[in-house]
Amino acid sequence: MMALILFRTFLTCPDACVFQMVQDPTQFDVLVMPNLYGDILSDLCAGLIGGLGVTPSGNIGANGVAIFESVHGTAPDIAGMDLANPTALLLSAVMMLRHMGLHDHADKIQTACFDTIRDKKVLTKDLGGSAKCSEFTAEICRRVQDLG
Amino acid sequence: MAAHSAVLSASKIMNPFWVGRLGNTAKVFGTTLIRHRNKTSLTGENIPPPAKYGGRHTVTLIPGDGIGPELLNHVREVFRFTCVPVDFEMVNVNSALETDDDMNNAITAIRRNGVALKGNIETKHTLPASVKSRNNVLRTSLDLYANVMHCQSLPGVQTRHKNIDIMIIRENTEGEYSSLEHESVSGVVESLKIITRNNSIRIADYAFKLARERGRRRVTAVHKANIMKLGDGLFLQCCREVASGYPDITLDSMIVDNTTMQLVSKPQQFDVMVMPNLYGNVVSNVCAGLVGGPGLVPGANYGRDYAVFETATRNTGKSIAEKNIANPTAMLLASCLMLDHLNLNDYASLIRNAVLTTMNETRLHTADLGGQGTTSEVVQSVMRVIQSKGQFTAEL
Repeated sequence: MMALILFRTFLTCPDACVFQMVQDPTQFDVLVMPNLYGDILSDLCAGLIGGLGVTPSGNIGANGVAIFESVHGTAPDIAGMDLANPTALLLSAVMMLRHMGLHDHADKIQTACFDTIRDKKVLTKDLGGSAKCSEFTAEICRRVQDLG
Repeated sequence: MAAHSAVLSASKIMNPFWVGRLGNTAKVFGTTLIRHRNKTSLTGENIPPPAKYGGRHTVTLIPGDGIGPELLNHVREVFRFTCVPVDFEMVNVNSALETDDDMNNAITAIRRNGVALKGNIETKHTLPASVKSRNNVLRTSLDLYANVMHCQSLPGVQTRHKNIDIMIIRENTEGEYSSLEHESVSGVVESLKIITRNNSIRIADYAFKLARERGRRRVTAVHKANIMKLGDGLFLQCCREVASGYPDITLDSMIVDNTTMQLVSKPQQFDVMVMPNLYGNVVSNVCAGLVGGPGLVPGANYGRDYAVFETATRNTGKSIAEKNIANPTAMLLASCLMLDHLNLNDYASLIRNAVLTTMNETRLHTADLGGQGTTSEVVQSVMRVIQSKGQFTAEL
């Protein structure tokens, strides 16, 4: 089943794009660009949605080879203390599931993750809460189970 | 005779490169000018340009494309109303023409007058690579090496972030805008990004001098030296060298992608920023978006001998041209920067305060700020505020 995709070339210079992005990012859907602009714009957009701690990413190559990764730092100061926010890596894994065609699983985990964050009851420290990484993860697992 | 001896003394002090070029001009304009030109062009010491007759300055006006012509007409209207002693010499640069005559005329006019106010000249993507952007040609021919933009939050404008006060100094002549591209193999294009030690030192020095004059504490160099180790590495090294001569000002550095992320989440952390050409383009547009959009921020391009003023984000605004909805604030504030440069500070303050009063107190906003006002209504409001200050004005 082929979906009809609206393809409108909206040729824009990076300068015109960025101030529109800062003022009203909702006008954009999918953006394609060369390497340097992509580096700049992807970090800019990450800043708009809450930072690198919640931003997933994937690197797609030929023949379906792909590496999905979070792009935040290694945070050595909190490593091994059960404090880190797993959202970025979890959503990157969701991207991986979609790449593999496992859309149902991907949707479930994404919905559970978003609902947990939206609820604000169990959040890691960087999102303003006091829960541990394992507690946050357990909450997401619970919601996945509830979704059936 | 006095002029002649002054020229000789000027020749001894000044860089030999400039002597031959200034000789004739110097004799025409007299000794005062020469004494002024002897001073190194520090940022704050405004050297009034030479075209002053009978107490009136002549400024080159380049309307450009899109909203440029209508906004510059409004500037002329406000100047005429306020009886500002500035005459405009209009030079049209038509982006459609293939010849360079109109560009050469514009450059000659700016060389003659020393100062210009311009709208953006459109650069069509479809033209061949050999045709350079006319705005770029203007900047490089006149060696306007520093593009300065001051982004400040305005109380009357609703924005996500408040209390932003950032000065952005962008290298204006080289970097990714060197227009050096080639396609040795079909389908493989190589572009040259040029970073030179001279220009990097020059722009860093400008940034630190400006920071010191304005009482700023910190300069942030924006770069991508982890990837472009030689190019941006050289730029960063030059910034560090210059910084060692300014112990009262701190230099820190930030990679450009992190910079844009920090700008949209915590813009208040930035003070003065200095960077090469392309990053300057991106960062200045981000900052313009943060304070309310391209219609609000004026920009200035400074060289050793010339200054050109325009809107900071250099948009032609083709889609809103001639609809009377463009925001005149940026162009009016740019004209105030120009008046400051000409040492007509009283007029500059008068018009600037009137514009800011209309923006912040009367809150008459154009469509880009979510308001209903037209360009002419905003301009009329500005003129009414000027009149209310009791200044001698023309008829409204």
